[in-house]
Amino acid sequence: MSDPVKPASAARIRAPYVITFVVAAGLTVGVLALWRNIMTRKAEALQHVFQIVELDENTADPAEWGKNYPRQYDSYRRTVDTARTRHGGSEAFQKLDADPLWRVLFKGYAFAVDYREERGHAYMLQDQEETVRVKNFPQPGACLHCHCSIIPAYRAMGRKAGVPDSNPQEQVMRGFAAVCAMPYAEARALTDDQGQQLIQHPVACIDCHAPETMGLRVTRPGLLNGLRELAKADGTPLPHLPSIMRWRASKRVRDYDVNLDASRQELRTLVCAQCHVEYYFKKPDQHLTYPWHNGLRVEQIEAYYDDVGHVDWKHADSGSPMLKAQHPEFELWSQGIHARSGVSCADCHMPYMREGAVKVSSHHVRSPLLDPARACQTCHRHPEQELVARVEAIQDRTQALMLRAEEITVELIREIGAAQQAGAASASLETARALHRRAQWRLDFIAAENSMGFHAAQESARILAEAIDFAHRGRLALHAAPNGK
Amino acid sequence: MTVDVRHSRHDASALSTMTRRYQEIAPGALLVGLLGVLLGAGGFTLREGEAFAYLSDESKICANCHIMRDHYDGWQKASHHAAATCNDCHVPKGLVPKYWTKAENGYHHSKAFTLQNFHEPILAQPKSQRIVQNNCIRCHGDLVEQMLAKPRPADEPFRCARCHDRVGHGPTR
Repeated sequence: MSDPVKPASAARIRAPYVITFVVAAGLTVGVLALWRNIMTRKAEALQHVFQIVELDENTADPAEWGKNYPRQYDSYRRTVDTARTRHGGSEAFQKLDADPLWRVLFKGYAFAVDYREERGHAYMLQDQEETVRVKNFPQPGACLHCHCSIIPAYRAMGRKAGVPDSNPQEQVMRGFAAVCAMPYAEARALTDDQGQQLIQHPVACIDCHAPETMGLRVTRPGLLNGLRELAKADGTPLPHLPSIMRWRASKRVRDYDVNLDASRQELRTLVCAQCHVEYYFKKPDQHLTYPWHNGLRVEQIEAYYDDVGHVDWKHADSGSPMLKAQHPEFELWSQGIHARSGVSCADCHMPYMREGAVKVSSHHVRSPLLDPARACQTCHRHPEQELVARVEAIQDRTQALMLRAEEITVELIREIGAAQQAGAASASLETARALHRRAQWRLDFIAAENSMGFHAAQESARILAEAIDFAHRGRLALHAAPNGK
Repeated sequence: MTVDVRHSRHDASALSTMTRRYQEIAPGALLVGLLGVLLGAGGFTLREGEAFAYLSDESKICANCHIMRDHYDGWQKASHHAAATCNDCHVPKGLVPKYWTKAENGYHHSKAFTLQNFHEPILAQPKSQRIVQNNCIRCHGDLVEQMLAKPRPADEPFRCARCHDRVGHGPTR
């Protein structure tokens, strides 16, 4: 008779036990999961690099390096991503369509035909092969210095030129000279003794890192030579490059050698300066040269070009002997407050990120505006929106000033062309052309540079102000002596 | 036969008493055992996580969970290194507020670091900023008495570290 009641009361007695059991078991699982998490973080803090493969100077393939350094390699591979910022980014839009004044400014030169925004590092080799400037115009092998992982090719060519393996640096220098002088297509197709292509990868690990130590290093002959000359330019102080100042104060028993003298923090800029610089191809061998013999400022570079009589092209409308600015990021940054404060390229463009307890330098090199928290907030403790707004204020002002410089330079070109046709005196035409060269060199220096003035805001404004001034002076030279009188 | 039967009947009843006894004790014993495992594992995890170190005033322990490594390094180069530990600036004075703040921060920090879902670089929360500010005044109040005389609006509080941002963790470059 008590049977129907009994099971129910037993269940009632059992229920708290069951609930307590389940809760206690669940908590135990949770505690053990937490314990495992703590152990993982602790292990990460102790050791996070495991050598899976042996790396040496012949390991050009970044995927091999990626086996030892998967975190860095993952972010390196993301340079395929494209993103627009207000004034740039990594989307290959045609700048000539965005601002058609440049068709006039570059008239008579390959840049008037194709001038696209550059994409991420992953595309550097492909973009170079695709641009009309390389496809339809003869270009030298010198271009490859900065569009691929080229050191194996330089070494192979140096060996071919008779430099023994015991002198790898000389091999690179000789190979560099040989490849510069080749036609682009021939250099691009270079193979080793086994018929393997020597040029396969865009910029890779080996270009900035020593395989044995992972330490930063400069491999590019252009920068090795450029910094050696810059160090000798005593007239220009370089407070943002303390190792050069120290070398200058020393007895100078040997030349400045960036790989021996520069600090790690300097190298976090100089590995980028291997390519993000102003350059020209020195005749007759198309020897790639960084024009820093007087210093890094726009007028010091111009003075060098004037001294050596360098002309990139003759302007089709004005007949002026023009200079083309390349991408003087290192030079402009050198004039700015960040350089002066010891902030390197990598601090903002490759900011530290954290994965678990591991601190990794992001190898997804990109605009800091796409990651302002990591890039800026480490030093500037303001909200992200505020930081982006500050940068864009600088860039908007630079662009406004740049547009004025473009318009007045285009006007100068038109007026020189008109004066030519009207038979103006050659002396006034020559003066106007020389001033056109000066004005557009400055304008292009800021336009071709990839920060829309941010790398050195005040210097950019100064340079553009000079550009506008020179353009007006060019017009004055024409108006002072019209029609040959 | 009958004896045997009686015997076995006696055994059977003894057995059933024991079985009943076990049935009564077993769930409780199992639970106590499991709770023991939970407490043991929990205590061990706390020890492995160096949780008890956080009760101390030693600055080094604040870098236990790796995130504060840069802040700890910076502090060693900063002017306050000689005068103040982490706790002197970042937790309030007084036994109860001090340990309450430690418990609160400890909970937030361990949750964030375990789930890996926090803003980087880490930023001081408004409450932490107030604690730091109060501690600036605690030591330097006499010096800045006149600056504090005039009350300021709540949305624009007086913050020493806004300008003196290097005293705690050294220059940020």
